[in-house]
Amino acid sequence: MEKILEARHLRKVFQAGSREPLLAVDDVSFAVGAGEKVALIGESGSGKSTVAKLITRLLAVTDGQIFLDGEEITRARGMKLKQAYRKMQMVFQSPVDSFDPRCTLGDGIAESLRNHGYAKAEAGAETARLMELCGLRPELSDCYPYEVSGGQCQRAAIARALAIRPKLLILDEATSALDVTVQAEIMSLLNRLQRELSMSYLFICHDIALVQDFCDRVLVMHNGRIVEEGTADEVIRHPQKKYTQMLIDSVL
Amino acid sequence: MNEVSVRAPKISRDRLKKKLYFFSLVAALLILAAFFSEYLCPYDPYAQDMSLAKAAPSAQHLLGTDRYGRDMLSRVIAGSFTSIFSTLALVGFITVLGTIIGVFCAWAGKWIDTVLMRLADMFLAFPGLVFALAVAAVLGGGVHNAIFALAAISWPKYARLARSQTLAQQELPYMQAVRMAGSSPLKIIRKHVLPNIAGPILVTAMLDIGTMMIELAGLSFLGLGAKPPIPEWGSMMSDTRNLLATQPWVTLAPGFAIFLSVMIFNLLGDTVRDWLDPKNRR
Repeated sequence: MEKILEARHLRKVFQAGSREPLLAVDDVSFAVGAGEKVALIGESGSGKSTVAKLITRLLAVTDGQIFLDGEEITRARGMKLKQAYRKMQMVFQSPVDSFDPRCTLGDGIAESLRNHGYAKAEAGAETARLMELCGLRPELSDCYPYEVSGGQCQRAAIARALAIRPKLLILDEATSALDVTVQAEIMSLLNRLQRELSMSYLFICHDIALVQDFCDRVLVMHNGRIVEEGTADEVIRHPQKKYTQMLIDSVL
Repeated sequence: MNEVSVRAPKISRDRLKKKLYFFSLVAALLILAAFFSEYLCPYDPYAQDMSLAKAAPSAQHLLGTDRYGRDMLSRVIAGSFTSIFSTLALVGFITVLGTIIGVFCAWAGKWIDTVLMRLADMFLAFPGLVFALAVAAVLGGGVHNAIFALAAISWPKYARLARSQTLAQQELPYMQAVRMAGSSPLKIIRKHVLPNIAGPILVTAMLDIGTMMIELAGLSFLGLGAKPPIPEWGSMMSDTRNLLATQPWVTLAPGFAIFLSVMIFNLLGDTVRDWLDPKNRR
């Protein structure tokens, strides 16, 4: 299978002043194939969000390499990074905070379109189409993020991430701030979008049950390392590590 | 009314709006009056008439006359031009300069940030009056140099505020989304950072108008600002302070003008702050 994303031996050390350096991510290697849905699970503080920030280049890596669609983006900057963001987009944990409070949802969704050469009218039409695709009424594009519900805001965030048709969508705890029914709605939306647009997903989550019937492959992270890897069924039915068993037990 | 609320009572948006319009209108009138002060004076503010010197308030001279027989009302009105426009120029200048430096520091980081912020600390360490005295000694007195002296020691406040606000914005989750949308740093600053940090900076500037007006008047009072015979409220008070015991109106008139203008701008600043407070939105 063709690889859309490959991380090789990623390491991240946080160094803050005179405090003890913190090794957040330690020798993490994995790949996401084209059209594949991969889950990265682990408890809070296991380094999964840091991994997301490393591969999206929102944080600088200490060591290791990142390849996106065959191109190395480990130290990409400026135009090169902008091109990389055409291929990967992210949906963030807290829907409302991931929008500028002084911009409307429509502006937020259209921003990447405008940055990539769409005229204002084109971007507006495309925004309306995207919102519909994500199950939002187009009138909501004039709303500010704090005026809509968390679920609606997360749908808008997904619409924003889809705007420039990325090949890889990274979802960093994208449903954990939402209640269970909305969570289910968002998951089915993601499922439908994946069928229609055949994107790859990297799904970062602490809830193993949520990913069970959604993801093709599961990576389990603990203390900054990947401790277990396999298909969702394998990992959940026959966990090899005690830690994975514990994660599963905590849900059941 | 048996509704129980645990939150602090919100000022109603409508009332706030009325308040905002009212104080904006008053401030605008004050600024307009200052701009057209030349035409509003009943007498020439420079015309001396010794036979009328130190006259008490009367129907002809509502605020009396000073020791050269100049009409006080005309001088107070004419003085508004220097006092108000120097203050506005000063506040506008330090707000823009400080914001640019602050945002730049936050964005550039590293040694540029350190160097500029230590420079800001240095300027903050100067006592205003002493610095103004030094400037006056080197460049001579005059309104321009007084403005320059106050600007030199006041911009760091805005630079620090803009810097800390920008750093706070950079930490917010939406900033990552905006970066991933492929926006250039300049666009991020223009479209996202500036609108989000404008509130606190604007409020600081509004509330600073009063302070700066007093500081400028203070420098003029010491003879470091406007030079006589140019009418300016601070220097007028200084001119006439010997008469306070016998003809108090000549000192009180410019003093009251300062008090009134400072109060109007402070109230406007307070209202703008309430208006921009996110807790009061909608």
